[in-house]
Amino acid sequence: MADSPKIRVPKTAKKGEVVEIKTLMPHVMESGQRKDKDGKPIPRKIINKFTAEFNGKPVFSANLEPAVAANPYLQFFAKVEESGTFKFAWTDDDGTVITAEQKIDVA
Amino acid sequence: MRPLSRRATLALGASTAAIAIVGWGTGAHANAKDAADEIAKFTGGKTAEAGKISIELPEIAENGNTVPLSVSVDAPMTAADHVTEVLVLAEGNPRPGVATFHFSAMSGKAEASTRIRLATTQNIIAVAKTSTGKFYTAQKLVKVTIGGCGG
Repeated sequence: MADSPKIRVPKTAKKGEVVEIKTLMPHVMESGQRKDKDGKPIPRKIINKFTAEFNGKPVFSANLEPAVAANPYLQFFAKVEESGTFKFAWTDDDGTVITAEQKIDVA
Repeated sequence: MRPLSRRATLALGASTAAIAIVGWGTGAHANAKDAADEIAKFTGGKTAEAGKISIELPEIAENGNTVPLSVSVDAPMTAADHVTEVLVLAEGNPRPGVATFHFSAMSGKAEASTRIRLATTQNIIAVAKTSTGKFYTAQKLVKVTIGGCGG
């Protein structure tokens, strides 16, 4: 899992503005429905949870099922009242948590 | 033992084939009942009103492996009245669950987009829950040319 997530957050915003956030996590999202060439089921391995916080407060989160496509992409919004840091976390079925941060200046 | 007549053999073959088809239909794919069960679990048995939600999907998805989906709910998104959760279901997938989005007043807008897998032509259902305890629902049919179930 050497790949790191791609995140797009505006660098600046006005107080009270609703900003758009886009994230993409490189991941196979193996559904558990497929079989390998010997006919054995390939075990499920997906990102099952995504969370986004701003200055420690929850903004948005998602529980994902195997029906979410590979390299899970999520776009959502956040209302920002002050400058601060967004923290993002992706949880893998194997328990690994990948995190990322992004700052925003609010004037 | 008497050898099987040609007619008996054909009948046997046909019934086996029929069982196989029925087995695929009920076992491998979710159906409207599975989706309804998921909705009942989500709403706690309450009835969801139609409306307020809009689901954006291509009318025809050529590749079921990655279909863009956007769900938005018309809501004030204030601390007192905002959408807390949106459940997204795909009626015709092996399992109906797709994703559950959780919002807060800090979300600003009850809108989220992702990309999903669809096994076949089917209805996508969204159910929204608000902080005031109301439920809303909407559904949209999407035609899928090549299923994205893997195989």
